[in-house]
Amino acid sequence: MHELSVCEALLAQVRATANANQAGGVGRVTVRLGPLSGVEPELLTQAFSIARNGPLTTEASLHIEPQPIRIHCRDCGNENEATANRLLCRACGSFRVNLISGDELLLARVELHGVNRHPID
Amino acid sequence: MCETCGCSIPDQNHPTPADGHTVEVLKGLMDANDHAAGHNREHFNRTGTLVINLMSSPGSGKTQLLEHTAKALKDRLEIAVIEGDLETENDAERLRKQGVRAHQIATGSACHLDAHLVHRALHDFPLEVDGRKTDILFIENVGNLVCPAAFDLGQHVNVVLLSTTEGDDKPAKYPVMFRAADLVVISKADLLPYMDDFKIERAEQSLRGLGVETPLLNTAAGRAPDIGAWIEWLEQQLETHRRTQQEAASAA
Repeated sequence: MHELSVCEALLAQVRATANANQAGGVGRVTVRLGPLSGVEPELLTQAFSIARNGPLTTEASLHIEPQPIRIHCRDCGNENEATANRLLCRACGSFRVNLISGDELLLARVELHGVNRHPID
Repeated sequence: MCETCGCSIPDQNHPTPADGHTVEVLKGLMDANDHAAGHNREHFNRTGTLVINLMSSPGSGKTQLLEHTAKALKDRLEIAVIEGDLETENDAERLRKQGVRAHQIATGSACHLDAHLVHRALHDFPLEVDGRKTDILFIENVGNLVCPAAFDLGQHVNVVLLSTTEGDDKPAKYPVMFRAADLVVISKADLLPYMDDFKIERAEQSLRGLGVETPLLNTAAGRAPDIGAWIEWLEQQLETHRRTQQEAASAA
């Protein structure tokens, strides 16, 4: 269960963003998460409900945007969706593939409350 | 293309402009850890040390493999080990008995090592002692096939052990960990004749299913040790690492 560590890192970034924008609080926090990031959405949500209890984020909510796994075949050039433990080219069956998406672990957006000026990153 | 600004994300190449109170951030959640890992790597490179992060489930034979590795290499190479466990100094003691320097990180309840823990350990565990630089530093991660995969420590190579007493479908069950591997070691290979349910071919097939070309090799570190392929691989890695470092130094 490393999701709590990941969540603490997430909230540190969220609070830094809030502070940089002189915000009074944080609302919706949007995270992009791929199945190959090693982070479980449900566990991250649970961890978030614990870890948000701190400055600026007690009212924050977590919104997860799941990302699909997509691969590109180095042998035939085909692109297709794949599952976490079957990352083979659907056209030719090759395992010589590159991951195009599916391992994202990104803080995408932060909704800020109590901002009196246009926010900056 | 990078992972921090979001330009590598399909269909999201142009972040939508922020509305009144929503800020686009697009930063990796592991940025702080990755930053610390980068510092660790610079530190390792200053002494020309090849750093290998050893990961597996508990009991797959990481420490035993390291004991035999120490025995095989300590006369010609400077070997050091950082051990990660929840509690006890036992594994570091086992390695010290083999005549190599070892440092124990007790993580408490943490299920993985992270770059900050390794950084702190390096303060107490120099890689150059009496003018002798460490050639290979092994970081034996906490026995766990899930969490350690998410944390870069600053290592150069990830090695994942899969013992023959586990299922040969472990790669399919733990895809994130096995995708992170640069080498998969089938440990306790001397038990293969007794393990009807473990087939090397099926383990390899399970690994290939993850879309990786990662090599596999067998080791045995019990009563009849056979770690020749592993030692050969280590020596090749060290040679490649030194060449890469030299090229980088002369390019700079």
